[in-house]
Amino acid sequence: MTGFPWLSILIALPVAGAALIMAARAMAGPAGPGVDRGVKIMALLVSIATLCVSIGVLLQFDPANPSFQLVERAAWAFGLEYHVGVDGLALSLVLLTTAITPLCILASWTIDKQVASYMILFLVLETLMIGVFCALDVILFYLFFEGGLIPMFILIGVWGGKNRVYAAFKFFLYTLLGSLLMLVAIVWMILTAGASSIPELMAHPFTANAQTWLWLAFFASFAVKMPMFPVHTWLPDAHVEAPTAGSVVLASILLKMGGYGFLRFSLPMFPDASQLFAPLVFALSVIAIVYASLVAFRQTDIKKLIAYSSVAHMGFVTMGIFSGSEIGIQGAIFQMLSHGVISGALFLCVGVIYERMHTREIAFYGGLVNRMPVYAAVFILFTMGNVGLPGTSGFPGEITTMTAAFLVNPLVAAGAALGVILSAAYALTLARKVIYGTIENPQLATIADLDSREWVLFVPLVAATLLFGLAPWIIFDFTEASASAIAQAYEAATTAIAAGAHP
Amino acid sequence: MMIEAILVLAPLAGAFVAGVFQKVLGDRLAMGITTALVGLSAILSLLVFIDLIWGGGAPRTIELMRFIEIGAFQSSWSVRVDTLSAVMLVVVTSVAFLVHVYSIGYMAEDPHRARFFSYLSFFTFAMLSLVTANDLLQMFFGWEGVGVASYLLIGFWYQKRTANDAAIKAFVTNRVGDFGFALGIMATFHFLGTIQFFPTEAGDVALFSAEVGGRLVDGVLHNLSHMSLMVGQWSIPAAELTAILLFIGAMGKSAQFFLHVWLPDAMEGPTPVSALIHAATMVTAGVVMICRMSELFEMAPNAAAFVTLIGAVTAIFAATVGLAQNDIKRVIAYSTCSQLGYMVFAAGVGAYDAAMFHLFTHAFFKALLFLGAGSVIHGLHHEQDMRYMGGVRRAMQFTWAMMLIGTLALIGAGLPIEGLKIGFAGFYSKDAAIEAAYAAGEGGRAFGMFAFWIGVAAAFLTSFYSWRLMFMTFEGTFRPNPHPSHGHEDVRPGAASDADLGHGADQHGAHGVDHTPSDAGPAGGSGHGRDHRTGGGDGEGRAAPAGTAPAHESPWVMLGPLAVLAVGAVFAGWFFYPYFIGYKADAFWEGAIHRHHADHHFPIWVLWAPVAVTAAGFLLASVFYLLTKGMAERIARAAGPLNAFLAQKWYFDELYDAVFVKGARALGDLFWKGGDQKLIDGLGPNGVAKAARFGGRQLRRAQTGFLYHYSFLMLAAAVLLGAFAIWAGGGLELLGG
Repeated sequence: MTGFPWLSILIALPVAGAALIMAARAMAGPAGPGVDRGVKIMALLVSIATLCVSIGVLLQFDPANPSFQLVERAAWAFGLEYHVGVDGLALSLVLLTTAITPLCILASWTIDKQVASYMILFLVLETLMIGVFCALDVILFYLFFEGGLIPMFILIGVWGGKNRVYAAFKFFLYTLLGSLLMLVAIVWMILTAGASSIPELMAHPFTANAQTWLWLAFFASFAVKMPMFPVHTWLPDAHVEAPTAGSVVLASILLKMGGYGFLRFSLPMFPDASQLFAPLVFALSVIAIVYASLVAFRQTDIKKLIAYSSVAHMGFVTMGIFSGSEIGIQGAIFQMLSHGVISGALFLCVGVIYERMHTREIAFYGGLVNRMPVYAAVFILFTMGNVGLPGTSGFPGEITTMTAAFLVNPLVAAGAALGVILSAAYALTLARKVIYGTIENPQLATIADLDSREWVLFVPLVAATLLFGLAPWIIFDFTEASASAIAQAYEAATTAIAAGAHP
Repeated sequence: MMIEAILVLAPLAGAFVAGVFQKVLGDRLAMGITTALVGLSAILSLLVFIDLIWGGGAPRTIELMRFIEIGAFQSSWSVRVDTLSAVMLVVVTSVAFLVHVYSIGYMAEDPHRARFFSYLSFFTFAMLSLVTANDLLQMFFGWEGVGVASYLLIGFWYQKRTANDAAIKAFVTNRVGDFGFALGIMATFHFLGTIQFFPTEAGDVALFSAEVGGRLVDGVLHNLSHMSLMVGQWSIPAAELTAILLFIGAMGKSAQFFLHVWLPDAMEGPTPVSALIHAATMVTAGVVMICRMSELFEMAPNAAAFVTLIGAVTAIFAATVGLAQNDIKRVIAYSTCSQLGYMVFAAGVGAYDAAMFHLFTHAFFKALLFLGAGSVIHGLHHEQDMRYMGGVRRAMQFTWAMMLIGTLALIGAGLPIEGLKIGFAGFYSKDAAIEAAYAAGEGGRAFGMFAFWIGVAAAFLTSFYSWRLMFMTFEGTFRPNPHPSHGHEDVRPGAASDADLGHGADQHGAHGVDHTPSDAGPAGGSGHGRDHRTGGGDGEGRAAPAGTAPAHESPWVMLGPLAVLAVGAVFAGWFFYPYFIGYKADAFWEGAIHRHHADHHFPIWVLWAPVAVTAAGFLLASVFYLLTKGMAERIARAAGPLNAFLAQKWYFDELYDAVFVKGARALGDLFWKGGDQKLIDGLGPNGVAKAARFGGRQLRRAQTGFLYHYSFLMLAAAVLLGAFAIWAGGGLELLGG
C-alpha cells in the first residue's frame, strides 16, 4: 500500500510524455520535417522510458507470490476508487505492452501526416493499455478498457487505408456493443456485491443464476475483443485499414484484453457459469481455428491472411482458458504473449514491403528472396512461429492448450489439432507466393532489403521468438503462481457445485 | 558428461555460424566449419557407441536444460544414450558427415553453398535431438525440426516453382502425421500423466523403467493396459488409441501408404539432400519412434496389426510404382518408400530388432545409391531421366562399381545356407524382416503371413527395378535427351522454364550438353537444345564417340564418401548381424527395445524364397533391358492402362488434389464469402447499418426489413442454442463425463 508508486508512474508516464509532446509541438511553430523528427524521437524516448520503468516493476515483483503486488489504493472522485496492482498474468501483459510500443513508434517513422497527433494518440493508447492490465477496480478497468477504443478508432480512421471509415466504424460498433452489455453487468455487480474492487468481487459468491447472466454480458465484450467466432469479422477489416503500427498494437496487445478479461473476470468470478458455458466456448474455439484457417487460405491480401490466422490462434487461447486447468491457463497466457510477438512481427513484415510498394496484394509480390535475403529469412522465421514450429514461441502455447483440452474432451483437442495442418498450408503458401520464386514484377526489380531501422525492429522480436521457443519455462515460471491460483480457485468452486454445496 | 552435449550441439553451432555469418565467412570457410563440426560429432558418436557396446558403458540420460514444466507436464532438453539412440547417432552423424563432404564437390558451382551447408547441419542437429530425446516433446521438436530442415532443403533452389511446391507438400503432409503424433503425446499424458521416457531422478514418473542411483524406478506404461477412453458407447482401449495416434505420426515421416506422396516429390531438392534426409535418416524417424515405443505397441495388438498392414502395403505399392518411373532419383525414392515398408511391417510383427537392423544397413546402401545417382547426374550435366542415359559405365567406372555394390546390397544378394550364411548388407536385414513376418504369421500374429508374402513379392520387384535402373543407366548405348533442361536436376517438361533461371542457367551453361543434329535422338525437337546452350561448352559431348555417354567421372571429394558407404553396404550386415539379431543381441540392446525370444527354425523354402525371387528379378530385368532391345517398351505399351496407373503412382496425387486441396479451397471460399461476408456481416454490422439507413427514409418498410433480418437472427440463434444444448447435455454424457 505504501511505498514507491511504481504502477501509477508506469501508467502515467506515456500520457505525461504525450502532454510534453503536445506542449513542445505548440512551441515549435509550423510543421516541418525537422519538427516531425523531433516529435518522433521524443515519443520514442518516452516509450523507452516506460519500458525501463516496467522493468523496474519487474524487479520489484515476486513471481512466486500469487496475490496482487505493488498495490496502490486511494479514494477517487464520485465515491469511486483508484486501485491498481499486478500479478504474474497482468505483469506479463504489461511487459508485452511496454516492449511492443517502442517498436510500434519506431515502425511509424515513415508517418508524415499529423505526426504529433499520431504520436500523442499512441502514447495515450499505451497508458490505457497498461491501465487495463493494472486496474484492480472494475470501474477503472472499464474506463481503461473502453478508453482504448477511442485512440484506436482515430488511428484507423485518420491514418488508415482507403476503406478506413467503414473499418473504423465496424471496429467501434462491434466492440462498443459488446462493452455496453459488460457495463450493465458491472453496475449490477457493484450494486449487488457492494464493492467495486476486483479482489473483493472475486471473493463474492454470485448465485448460479446471476453468474449465467453476468458471464454472458462479459462474454459479449471479451468475445468481440478476442475475437471469437462469429464476432470476428471486424478484425480483418480493421487490420487491413490500420496503419502498420496500428495493426501491430491491435494484434499484439488489444486482442489480449479479451483473454485477460476471461482470466480476470469470467473464470474467477463466475466459475459455475464458466463451467456451464465451457462446451460452448470449446465449440466456438474449434470452429474459429478450423474456419479462420480455411478462410485465411483463400485471402489475397497479406494483412487479411494474417488477421484470419490471428483469429485461429486466439481459438487456442479461449480453449486453454476454459479448460480451467493450470496447464490450460498457463498455455493460454503463453499463447497470448507469443502471439503478441509473432503476429506483431508479421504485421511489421507486411509493413516493410507495404512502405516500399504501397500494396498488400499477394499477387503483386513474388521472389523477394532474390532482392531481400535478410527480410526473407526473418519472414520465414516468423512464418514458422505462426505455424507453431517447436523451437519457436508459437509451439508451447499450442501444445499445452491442446493437452489441456484433451484432458477435458479429446475431440476438442483433435479439432484444434487440425489447425496444425491448416496453418502450415496457408502460411507456407503465403511464403511461397511472396518470398520464393523469381521476381516477375518489374516494379520489384529494385526493392531494397532491410535498412538499419528495420533491423532494430526485428532483432528483439527474433530473439524473443527463439528464446521463448527454446526456454518457455522462463514465462511459465513467471506466470505459474497466478495461473495455478486461478486454476485452483476455479477447481474449488466447480467441485463445490458438483458436491451440491453451492448457495 | 560433456561429450554427449557436444555431439548433439556441434552441428547446431555449425548451422548457426554458417547461416548467420555467411557473408563474413564466405562459402569455403562456412563449408569447412560445418563439415568439421559434423565430423567431430561423428567421431564422438562413434566413441559413445563403442563405449556402450564394447566398453561397458551404461545407458544414461544427460539433462541439459529445462524445456516445459507445468505440473506433471514435464519435458527437458536431454541426451538419452542407449543402444537405440547410439545406433542412430552413428548412422546419422556418419552419413551426415559423408554427405557434407560429398556436397563440397556436388554443390561446387552453387552460389548459395553457405546456406546449403547451414541447412544440412541444422538438419543433422534436429535429427540428433530427435533420436536422443528422453521425452515425447523433445522428440516432437526434433521431428518437426527435421521437417522444417527438409522443407528448406527441398525448396533450396527457391526459384524453381516445382521445388517450392514439393517443399510445401512435404511439410504439410508431414503435418498430417504430426497431427497424430501431437494427439498421441496428449493421449499419453492424459492416460499416464507423464511424457518422459526414462526416469532421471528417484521421484520421476516415466514411461519406461530404468535404474536411477542403483535403484530400479518402475515405468508406468504398463498401466495403459487396463485403461480406456469412452466415446459414446464405445470404449477405446488406451494402449490401442495411443499407439495408433503415434503411428499416424510415423506414417507421415516414414512415408507410409496414404502419407507417402511427399517423398517422391522431395527429389526436387539437391541429391545429397535426398541421400541424407530422404534415404538414410529422416524418413527412418518413424521406425525409430515405433521402436522407442515398442513396449506400447506390444500392448496394442490391433494397432500393431495395423502397423503391419500399412508397412506391407507400402512395401509392395512403392515397389510397383518404382517399376514405371524414369527419373533415376524417383526410382530410388520409391525404393526407399518400399524398404521403409519392410522396416515398418517388421516392427508391426514385433521384430523391432529386425526393423532397426534393416534401418541400419539401409542407411548405408541407400545413401550410397543416392550419392551414386548424384554422381551420375553430375557426370551427365544434370540429366536425371534414365531414358536419356545408357552406356555411362565406360565413362564412370568407379561410380558404376559403387552403384553395383549398392544395388547388390539393396536387393539382398547372398546365400542363406545354414552355417555358411554370406551376403551383402541388405541380405541379412531384409531377410530378417521377411523371416520375422513368417514367424509372426506362424505364431498367429495378424497380417504376419500377409506381410511375409508381400515381402517376398516386393523383393522380386525390388530386384527387377534395381537392375532396370542399373541397365538403363550404365549399359547399352547412350540415348541423348532431345529436350535437355539446364535447370538443376529437373527433367520434367514444363518445369524447364521455371528452372531456367539466373544462376542455374549461367553456372551450368558451361556444362551444357552439346547436341549436334546427329545425336539429337529420334524424338525430334533438337533445335530446343541449342536454344538452351549458353557459355562455351566444355567439349566433352563432342569428344565422346557415338553411342558413348558424354559423361565425366566425378571428383574424389564425391567418390570418397561413396567408397566409405560401399564398405558399409558390403560388411555392415555380416558384421552386425550377431549384435542386432543374433546371439549377442540381448547384450547389445540392453532392453532398449522390446525383443521376442522365440527361437525359430524356418523351413528351407522360407529362407530361399527371397533369394530365388531376387534372382528371378535379375534374370527378367536382363531379358528386358540388356538382352533385347525395345521389349520393355513394347510390354509397357501393351499394358497401357496398367503402365499409366503405375507411372502415375496409382493416381494418389490427383485424388488428394481433388479431395483435399480443392476441398480446402472450396470450404475456404464458402466460409469467407458465404459465412463472413454474407451471413455474419450481412446480418450483423452491415445488415444493421443498412436497416438503420433504410429506416431513416422509410419507416414502415424499414420495420419489415428489420423484421426480416431479425427473424433470421432468431433462427440462427435458435439453431446455435439447440446445437449447444445437445452438445452440453448429451455430448458430455456421450463422452463419459
